[in-house]
Amino acid sequence: MNASAASAVSRLEGLIGAAGLINDPAQLPGYAIAGLTPAAAVRPDTAEEVAEVLRFAGVENLAIVPCGARTKLGMGSPPHRYDIALDLSGLNRVTAYDPADLTVGLEPGVTLASLARTLGQHGQFLPLGAPFTSRATVGGTVVSGVDGPLRQGYGTARDFLLGMEFVTGDGVAVKSGGRVVKNVAGFDLHKPLIGSLGTLAVVTEINFRTFPAPQAMRGFLVRFATADGAAALRHAIARSFLRPLTLEILSAGACDLFNGAAASRIEPNALPSGLLSPSGAFAGWILATSFAGDEAVLARCERDLRQLADSSGSTTFDVFGAGPDRSVLAAVFGRLREFVPIALESSPATTVVKLSASPAHLEHALCSVKHSAEEHSLPWACIARGIGVVYAALLPPERNDHALHRVAAATKRMAADVAALGGHCVIPWCPAGRSELSIWGSSGNVGLMQKLKTVFDPHAILSPGRFVGGI
Amino acid sequence: MDPAILRELRKICGADGVLFKPQDLLLYEYDGSPEIGQPEYIVFPQNTGQVVAIVAVANHTKTPLVGRGAGTGLSGGALARRGGIVTVFSRMNRILEVDVENQRATVQPGVVNADLSAAVVHLGLHFAPDPSSQNACTIGGNISENSGGPHTLAYGVTVNHVLSMQFVLATGELVRVGSLAPDPPGYDLAGLFVGSEGTLGLLTETTVKLTRLPEETKTLLAIFDRVEDATEAVAELTARAITPAACEMLDGWSLRAIEAYVHAGYPIDAAAVLLIDVDGLCEAAEAQAAAVGEVCSAHNAREVRVAHDTRERDLLWKGRKNAFAAVGRISPSYYVQDGVIPRTKLPATLRRIEEIGKKYGFEIGNIFHAGDGNLHPLIPFNARDKGEYQRAVAASDEIIEFCVSVGGTITGEHGVGMEKDRLMPLMFNEAELGLMRRVRDAFNPVGLLNPGKIIPASGCGEIRSGPAPEATVT
Repeated sequence: MNASAASAVSRLEGLIGAAGLINDPAQLPGYAIAGLTPAAAVRPDTAEEVAEVLRFAGVENLAIVPCGARTKLGMGSPPHRYDIALDLSGLNRVTAYDPADLTVGLEPGVTLASLARTLGQHGQFLPLGAPFTSRATVGGTVVSGVDGPLRQGYGTARDFLLGMEFVTGDGVAVKSGGRVVKNVAGFDLHKPLIGSLGTLAVVTEINFRTFPAPQAMRGFLVRFATADGAAALRHAIARSFLRPLTLEILSAGACDLFNGAAASRIEPNALPSGLLSPSGAFAGWILATSFAGDEAVLARCERDLRQLADSSGSTTFDVFGAGPDRSVLAAVFGRLREFVPIALESSPATTVVKLSASPAHLEHALCSVKHSAEEHSLPWACIARGIGVVYAALLPPERNDHALHRVAAATKRMAADVAALGGHCVIPWCPAGRSELSIWGSSGNVGLMQKLKTVFDPHAILSPGRFVGGI
Repeated sequence: MDPAILRELRKICGADGVLFKPQDLLLYEYDGSPEIGQPEYIVFPQNTGQVVAIVAVANHTKTPLVGRGAGTGLSGGALARRGGIVTVFSRMNRILEVDVENQRATVQPGVVNADLSAAVVHLGLHFAPDPSSQNACTIGGNISENSGGPHTLAYGVTVNHVLSMQFVLATGELVRVGSLAPDPPGYDLAGLFVGSEGTLGLLTETTVKLTRLPEETKTLLAIFDRVEDATEAVAELTARAITPAACEMLDGWSLRAIEAYVHAGYPIDAAAVLLIDVDGLCEAAEAQAAAVGEVCSAHNAREVRVAHDTRERDLLWKGRKNAFAAVGRISPSYYVQDGVIPRTKLPATLRRIEEIGKKYGFEIGNIFHAGDGNLHPLIPFNARDKGEYQRAVAASDEIIEFCVSVGGTITGEHGVGMEKDRLMPLMFNEAELGLMRRVRDAFNPVGLLNPGKIIPASGCGEIRSGPAPEATVT
């Protein structure tokens, strides 16, 4: 910590009080990003305090990284500088919830788990279905732009987020959108905040539409020898009248991860034997999908799906969650949702590559993952959302230069393959000290994004350097 | 009119691609709103290159530039509030590609909404946003306004259906925002540009999602003798987690206006009807239809009709979609509002609208998207009577103020345009408007693109237009 930052920290304490300031050297490493430890962490209780902190930081030129439960601080590039962690876990109130309106307003530090309980009491839920569910906050989930299996049926936060309040980098508290389900008054300034990794503004309130929780659900696991077969079933479902809630394609390696120690730590509901069992000799692919509806609808879905699976060359067809025991659904969906956290705990040097491609090209993206990993002798696992997003985990058994070189080479090939498909390749999670890796890939429009950044954060103090193009 | 500018525009679009005579300009002075804006030149580009060249002319002559699709907008978005050039996209109306495997279509901005759906219906697909003007309005206009429609209740508004867009920026730069593949890295510029009402760029091409048509759609008409019963039925549908594909309410006044014009089979003696679509797999639509019928009956619907076939269904919807036209037969001039309220506030809001009508001496009709709380109160007025027009605006403002006071918004799908910029301070404070202004200026630095829209002018320097003159209302 430099001297000016140290003096700034002491004045910061005067600003928001000792209770809101964390400068205990024992606690600060918990806020570190890629070896960078901030001089202090500030934990405000209100939006006004957030604005005060940002105004102060603007004057003092202190770099701020907003955070919630700190489960995803490793995403993105390491910040160019990092003076203060702005811990938003104290902004954790549900500010408005009228179940009959199917809308909710809440502060960003509300955890996914507590929100699920609040909404669940009224038979409702928010379909974020995001990873790190046991600890993550709603704000962190939205701002980091992570997705989940429910994306197939409900879209992403962008599709059900109605408005936000936030403080811009110059310390001005503003709002955008509202809390009604249709609204075209003014620019949707909150949309660019989704997935912005804290580089545009600090979110202080979020409004969502909520959804009735599905009454009955049923899941299906269909095995294929090849990625082409699994993708063929995905395409056949897309052409059918079926409207799945979730639809993913998993590699055999993902089954191994789901049966490992990390998986049972993260998702305590046990997998019933035979379901997603360790791959053993099986090196194929599994399509996992689920549907909601009454018994007549579910029976129809099963009938149609079996037919489509047969004509796509499937080898086995398993049904799960048909009985009254909801823990089976939780065991499977929990694992699918937590693929990334499970992978991160399953190797000392896990690197997660996110590839996206038009859905009709999904099989090519899957083949690229397989070949890139195998060409460089890397254990791997992957899960692909049917809408065209693939998470590939490279899992070197040890962490050393040799392993990291192989990881870099494999990611390079994936990036080239997916670029040829017109898709994108980013590396949301990788071990620290990863200068060889192209975290954000090649992205156009950096100039336009920089214009937006300059308007929102004129002093460039918010998470500088974490985002695309060094923003 | 500057002959030098005219010469340049004719060089770009050809002699038959530019209008400038007063009698020709007249047609482009208005849109679907009671607003007016007088352009100096109308150009009809046929390709993106011509649009880039038009922007260059506007740029070096400092001439305002406004994009226009079919001119069906209800907030004056496509009007030349500060004069200048109106770029009409009606000749850029080709469907460039339909990608069946990826369920998407690449189109020019002038493609008519319903034409796109008609072009892909044989593939079992459609473009889901369905504004009531869909037989005329264009995809470019839909994107500029982030248009909705009855079925956005289940399928989302335009922004949920746009993958990628090509824009000409005010600088003349051609950019692509969004992406065919999901999750392009970086800020969601597509989310910002959709609904920016032509103030950030001129759209020249877009790829939109196509949605699979459901296996079954059931259309129900629930007939009520009391408006309160209808609104309470809507509240219970929401509370019971029944999510129709569309849930429209029409009051008795509107029903009579529509029936006289469309002969849709609406009951003219009812106080209100709910027009409800449920869709999905046959089994799901069947069950939902039964549940909807049950709720409506429990709330004293005197009859719940289910359309027996496509012809009957289309007729019921034809009535709803032509509602504004039907009102136009009774009163050539009417003011239509677009407020949104939290759905639980529906009964209170309808009572308030009735009171406001009495206060100002109007019978206000109500036709609206009940399922998502988006109201379209219609205030018929005599355009020859300037005082009456002003009373209609005052009544309408009072309705909007009420919507905002119960947690709603000033516009759900029609846009702010030049009709509601003066109402924006009801929703946003000066800091918020200032941020919007700075975002606009970052992309549109000298106010070349659609000046005088969305964000009210701050301080001096911009001229505000007064209420529309009588002649604009037809």
